[in-house]
Amino acid sequence: MTNRPDTEYYLEGLDLPETPEISTNLEPWGRTTVVGQARPRVDGYERVSGTAVYPADITMPGMLYGAMLGCPHPHAVVTAVDVSRAQTMPGVRAVLSAFTPPDRATQPHVEAIRTQLFNPHCRFEGDAVAAVAADTPYQAQDALRAIDVQYEVRPFLVDERKALEPDAPLVHESGNRVSPLQVYERGDVAKGFAEADVVLEEEYRTECEIHTPMEPHGCVARWDGDRLTLWESTQGVYAVQTGVAAALGMPFSMVRVVGHYMGGGFGAKLQSGKYSVVAALLAKMTARPVKLVLTREETYLSVGNRPPANMRLKVGVKRDGTITAMQFWGSGASGAQPAGGAGSLDWVVRDLYTCANVRTELQDLYINAGPARPFRAPGHPQGAWALEQMMDALAEAIGMDPVALRVKNVPIVSQARGNVPYTTTGLRRCLEEGAAAFGWAEARADIARSGKRGTVRRGVGMAAGLWAAGGGGPPSTVVVKFFTDGSVNLNMGASDIGTGTKTVMAMVVAEELGVDPDAVEIEHADTGSTQFATPSGGSKTVPTESPAVRAAAVDVKRQLLEIAAEELKVDVATLTLRDGKVVSTADPAVSRPLTELQGLRRRRNLIGVGHRGPNPEGKAVNPFAAQFCEVEVDTATGEVRVLRFLGAHDSGRVMNLLTYRNQVFGGITMGIGLGLTESRILDVDQTGKMVNVNWHDYKLPTMLDVPADMTCLPIDPEDRECNSTGAKGIGEPATIPTAPAIANAIYHATGVRVTATPINPLALVRALAQAGEG
Amino acid sequence: MTSDPNDRDDRGSRQRGLSRRGFLSTMGTGVLTATAASQLGAQPPAGPAVVAPDERAKVTLAVNGRTYELLVEPRWSLSYVLREVLELTGTKVGCERGECGACTVLMDGTPRYACLTLAVEAQGAEIVTVEGLMTGEDLGPVQQAFVEKDAFQCGYCTSGQIMAAEGLLRATAEPDVERIRHGMSGNLCRCGAYPHIVQAVQRAAELRRAGGAS
Repeated sequence: MTNRPDTEYYLEGLDLPETPEISTNLEPWGRTTVVGQARPRVDGYERVSGTAVYPADITMPGMLYGAMLGCPHPHAVVTAVDVSRAQTMPGVRAVLSAFTPPDRATQPHVEAIRTQLFNPHCRFEGDAVAAVAADTPYQAQDALRAIDVQYEVRPFLVDERKALEPDAPLVHESGNRVSPLQVYERGDVAKGFAEADVVLEEEYRTECEIHTPMEPHGCVARWDGDRLTLWESTQGVYAVQTGVAAALGMPFSMVRVVGHYMGGGFGAKLQSGKYSVVAALLAKMTARPVKLVLTREETYLSVGNRPPANMRLKVGVKRDGTITAMQFWGSGASGAQPAGGAGSLDWVVRDLYTCANVRTELQDLYINAGPARPFRAPGHPQGAWALEQMMDALAEAIGMDPVALRVKNVPIVSQARGNVPYTTTGLRRCLEEGAAAFGWAEARADIARSGKRGTVRRGVGMAAGLWAAGGGGPPSTVVVKFFTDGSVNLNMGASDIGTGTKTVMAMVVAEELGVDPDAVEIEHADTGSTQFATPSGGSKTVPTESPAVRAAAVDVKRQLLEIAAEELKVDVATLTLRDGKVVSTADPAVSRPLTELQGLRRRRNLIGVGHRGPNPEGKAVNPFAAQFCEVEVDTATGEVRVLRFLGAHDSGRVMNLLTYRNQVFGGITMGIGLGLTESRILDVDQTGKMVNVNWHDYKLPTMLDVPADMTCLPIDPEDRECNSTGAKGIGEPATIPTAPAIANAIYHATGVRVTATPINPLALVRALAQAGEG
Repeated sequence: MTSDPNDRDDRGSRQRGLSRRGFLSTMGTGVLTATAASQLGAQPPAGPAVVAPDERAKVTLAVNGRTYELLVEPRWSLSYVLREVLELTGTKVGCERGECGACTVLMDGTPRYACLTLAVEAQGAEIVTVEGLMTGEDLGPVQQAFVEKDAFQCGYCTSGQIMAAEGLLRATAEPDVERIRHGMSGNLCRCGAYPHIVQAVQRAAELRRAGGAS
């Protein structure tokens, strides 16, 4: 992962094809009739009836079950692997390790760094050591327990805060810095601080979070001769194809990856994993299909996390709210491989508010723990945790309303990109309209009057955010097929990871072709039958794919209108499509059902091809957000109840109000997890192992932890420049301001500022006791 | 490196494999103490015969109104048998340790985690999975409500959420929001569709009242 979010992390490791130059620049939509509705999903039936087939659901005749053995130590070298007992156990068909022939398991595997598949030098708990395939998953687990591995245990480092101490154990011989300190600077911070009336400085920390999608990572691998098919739970089929083909030394054409349904990713499934290569090798060895789904415990250790962040922020402000200088220092932990542990931590500091003098320093560090992977808005929720609490403290210090302080500093250009203007920035409207809809001023007045009841205190808080990506861009190529009976196929490579991509794209086709979205059948996410697409992530899927889908539909529309103009003997410019008919805008009497066009019947179907054009030059495309919440804190127990939440979001055009709202609520829910409940706990002193590798001890928000009262307020500024559909991403911005908004509300309620996540009852009673408020 | 404490940990974990076998073999007797379990690993006990982990037993399962005669290993979970043996893959597995609820099914009308239920335990119960809520190809009211309210994103927890809601509504036809939040709190949704799930359960209650009760 990169520290520059505008060089997209979700494209790393991919050789991107060029998109052919687009022939026509589509005018932005004005008013739409289908796009923007609140529409249930086109695949809703499949998802609620149990008929949607997720990779883990696939069963095949003769299929075996794969399982992987992970290193139990955070740092060890494997010196011997004895699989003799495992190999003779009932049902066991194949065993694979770096010490077992065939030695394909020793071939290079690239996952952040180039290593061999079963690298004897294990630098994190859970690093793959061996694998088996057996008739049942129970037998596979039995066999894993029977494998005898000799480890030479090495000293470990699992607390990145100690990584640069002189006697710290080394994760890699080159040292514990992943890369040199990264410095960003504009203006002169010393001069800026000298001009300030108030300067505040504070340290912040966010704990490591684990993605834990509901469907664990996994796949089914099957060979047909030399051709491999993988049904994979992934955000990007082409990314998996790239990784697996490289690891196995195979041509792309022989690796087919299918990813129709997948049970959540959040960034953890943007790339191929060792499990897919292992499944393919086991399937080859046994000449059987192999299903390999990671255990829940494995998903905590080896397939990604949001790294912990240690941050210090110093900000100067004038009495009138002008921010004069910001200085930020942040470190994060990539884990045992270079994986962007500090990536984008500083982006909101650099770009969310107007400030001439900014300096940031980022340090990415190695520890003996599983590698980080992008996690819903990498770096941003962490950076916002620091910046947005600081803004709250500054507002109080200068006696200004927190919303007003932010409004005062709304930027109109992207300062971090050299003062490039945004296509649109709805930040001011998010702040002002969000505050009005939430009843911000009223709530604060009410709480001042009656916010205390026994040990219970009420408070409100807010925070803002922006997401450095979310504009999408090339490449994308989409095919739309229109049949003689008026039905439509949409063929696209992108995955629908649960955000409603397929439904949005069906609505785009329907908008242009005047058909019902349910008449659009979608073929997607299959390297064997769809075009190249980048993984679905970075909140860029809708802004990337929807213009390409629109272009493909418009290509079909052009052909239909040309056929109709010839048959109706009218000027093509007067024709349009509506409700399955060609109609004249000049003369309502001129109309013909599409199914009666002879030219269409002769051709059987029409094929439209659409490409994603480039983004506007010299402009930045970013989504913006402001969120508001009300909490109730019991100062006796430290329990926090989130009573209500409002998310005001500028993500450009709302494509489907129903799924948009769901994204906002989902982002808030995940942010509640960051702020209140989630934390990877490593046994720092004794074993270095993660001690909460399960959902009982690693706490996701349940329905009882989130308010039933959530409001989504779309700020929908017309963006005629960003792309031809006017959409920006919503998935990631929805989780960026949440946790600091809660922290600010807790401060408002109690007068105690908690600067480290998660603010669970234990942390809060301790903080209250220290402040004498308990 | 034999003196390293981590190495001892590793051997310990392998020994636990034997203990686990002992644990499983005593499941049916209801007798289980730590010492008994470790002795069982070392030598066969008197009393009930020890069943090897891969020895199969005959069970009869009633699933969605059909009866299945199956040979199962005593350690096989109900979720495994439903998904991998009967190929009823609507029931999902998220954790296999009773934490997430993705595998929720109804047993005699009550929501139950199928991953923590042994298939042999499920004999004699009426089991309903998400497939069993359908009437032919038509969705049941809870399923219909989940579509209308967009009460899911990736859809992987959804079967479990739907079965939990079905169980809740069978027990409480008109639950208020607090009852819904408690009734559904045993089912995790990482995508965070909770607010829409509350709406869907309310809508499902309406649909059931209107005659769509399954």
